[in-house]
Amino acid sequence: MSKMRWRKIAAAMLLVGLLPGGMLLAGCSPIEPWVKPYEREHLADPIMSFDRNPISSGYLDHVFEVREGARGATGSVGGGCGCN
Amino acid sequence: MKAGALGIFILILGLSLPLATALPASNLAPGAPAAAFQLPAAAGDAVSLAGLKGQVVLINFWASWCGPCRQEMPVLDQLYRKYKPAGFTLLGVNVEPKSADALGFLKTTPVSFPILFDTQSKVSNLYEVAGMPSTVIVDRKGNVRYVHQGYKPGDESQYQDQIRSLLRE
Amino acid sequence: MLTRLHVRSRWLAAAVFGLGAVGRADVLPDDRTDLLYHLYEGGGLTVQGPSVLVRKKFGDSLSLSYQYYEDLISSASIDVVSQASAYKEKRTQNNVGLDYLHGSTLYSIGFINSNEPDYKSNTGFFSVSQSMFGDLTTISFGYTRGWDKVGEVDHGIVVRSFSKDADHRNWAVGLSQVLTRNLLLGLNFEADESNGYLQNPYRGVRFVDPTVARGYSFGPAVSPNTRTGDAASAQLKYYLPWHAAVDGNYRLYSDTWGILANTLKVGYTQSLFTSWTLEGTARYYWQNHANFYSDLFPYQNSQNFMSRDRELAQFHSLTLGLGASWEFHPAWPHWVDKGTLNFNFDHLRIDYQDFHDNLIPSAIPGDEPLYTLDANVMQFFISFWY
Repeated sequence: MSKMRWRKIAAAMLLVGLLPGGMLLAGCSPIEPWVKPYEREHLADPIMSFDRNPISSGYLDHVFEVREGARGATGSVGGGCGCN
Repeated sequence: MKAGALGIFILILGLSLPLATALPASNLAPGAPAAAFQLPAAAGDAVSLAGLKGQVVLINFWASWCGPCRQEMPVLDQLYRKYKPAGFTLLGVNVEPKSADALGFLKTTPVSFPILFDTQSKVSNLYEVAGMPSTVIVDRKGNVRYVHQGYKPGDESQYQDQIRSLLRE
Repeated sequence: MLTRLHVRSRWLAAAVFGLGAVGRADVLPDDRTDLLYHLYEGGGLTVQGPSVLVRKKFGDSLSLSYQYYEDLISSASIDVVSQASAYKEKRTQNNVGLDYLHGSTLYSIGFINSNEPDYKSNTGFFSVSQSMFGDLTTISFGYTRGWDKVGEVDHGIVVRSFSKDADHRNWAVGLSQVLTRNLLLGLNFEADESNGYLQNPYRGVRFVDPTVARGYSFGPAVSPNTRTGDAASAQLKYYLPWHAAVDGNYRLYSDTWGILANTLKVGYTQSLFTSWTLEGTARYYWQNHANFYSDLFPYQNSQNFMSRDRELAQFHSLTLGLGASWEFHPAWPHWVDKGTLNFNFDHLRIDYQDFHDNLIPSAIPGDEPLYTLDANVMQFFISFWY
């Protein structure tokens, strides 16, 4: 794998993970959650899920991938209710 | 070769993340006096915490949209009925800004303990509610003794032990 | 004489299993079973089959999942008819996965096996998800490794002498962020690398051939034996106060074969009468062609690398979809909490800009009308939660 790709992947990881993780490791005071757990009723609604039915979205991703040159980054994300 | 190295790097990073992100379990110091409040109730007059001094009080913060909260309600009802004669009371504080859904849920799953409505989230803020559901157990003197966040089946045996030890005081 | 051609996906397995997804890391996924029937019809190709996904928790920390998937293929597509003859085939896929929850960290590991007479694929993946900042943020990292064996079937018989390898590696990084009580953000980045035999053994390229009546002939295609690509996507979902949600997604992809692709998707979801959920989606996709792609080469072996795979052509595509879901609470069996009946219909249209329909005869090769594909995709499934 080329140096350019290493840099790209490292940059993505840094942006996404290492900064907040590193902050916590360094003992910086954690950011106070600005949406309290008891304010998450809309986020807890199933219609707010990025991927309500993985079996169906997985199939449709496959249909497109077979016919197109592009692939990847079809992620679905959480959010939800702050329960448990 | 380089690709495998990156794979291992990700593995190590992933495994070390939990160490980096362990947050404190709660902000309520056990032994501190429980913050006073008064809230309107579903049935009858407003309830104030001060008026319950002398009893062991379990304050449960819940919402109808929260799965584990709904699961916990019948369990809490059982605890209430069992220990009420011994000087125990349970307050179900509903945190929703609009109470319609909560009332709808209570119609299908009625409980016998008092339900209070914290529509302005004042008490949730006061008690630094950091997870749904949240349970705070207050002793007879009005001090916070135990705090629980979240609920999974089986937690009630812990609640039971804690309530009994506080009732014995 | 080659008897069939099929379209191949490099990552069909991982795609079906939803890799690259950033889920909740503070709870295990719900226990559920889905039974799905899928049907794709378009461009002379029909693919249908079942897909069954079962997921169950064991204790507080472990969730296991298993999926069985089948593609029953009946193909007389433009590629098949041009260079071979119509065929029928079956592809079977099995996925197993394990999720382990420790605090706010979710570890996932899984294995996917895909099997058809001329293509065998094995894929392993591992990912870690972490919730932080009061569960407002979830980050995840994943690594996938695939080993494929590409074969060939001639007149229903496996050609033993033809066996090639294709290896795949994929790194995925994802972030899910609660922005406000009504707004969610998702970011994903994926880098993938493939090595080995990366072309379709049944497809050839077209070149100008004045020695034959129709003016062109087919010859072998040659693809590079490495392909490296990156994809980055951003997604937003917003809650509307009348029990609805609107979402938008943009993805950019680029690779060393010269493909640059854009995907733009918008969706609207509406809850109705408590038990109904309706959804509408529109997806617009456009890509340029691979740098060694051509619909018609000037003469035989005019380049080192040559391909006429329409997946590598320049095209734009629009997909419009509608979905309906009905929730019910069955009285029996008593251990089932709730169920949903779902139906999804998508219409896919691809307008190729440099792939011509060579089945329509033309005086001058390469002057045939541009090919367009119209396809209908249907899904019918029932889900149970317990």
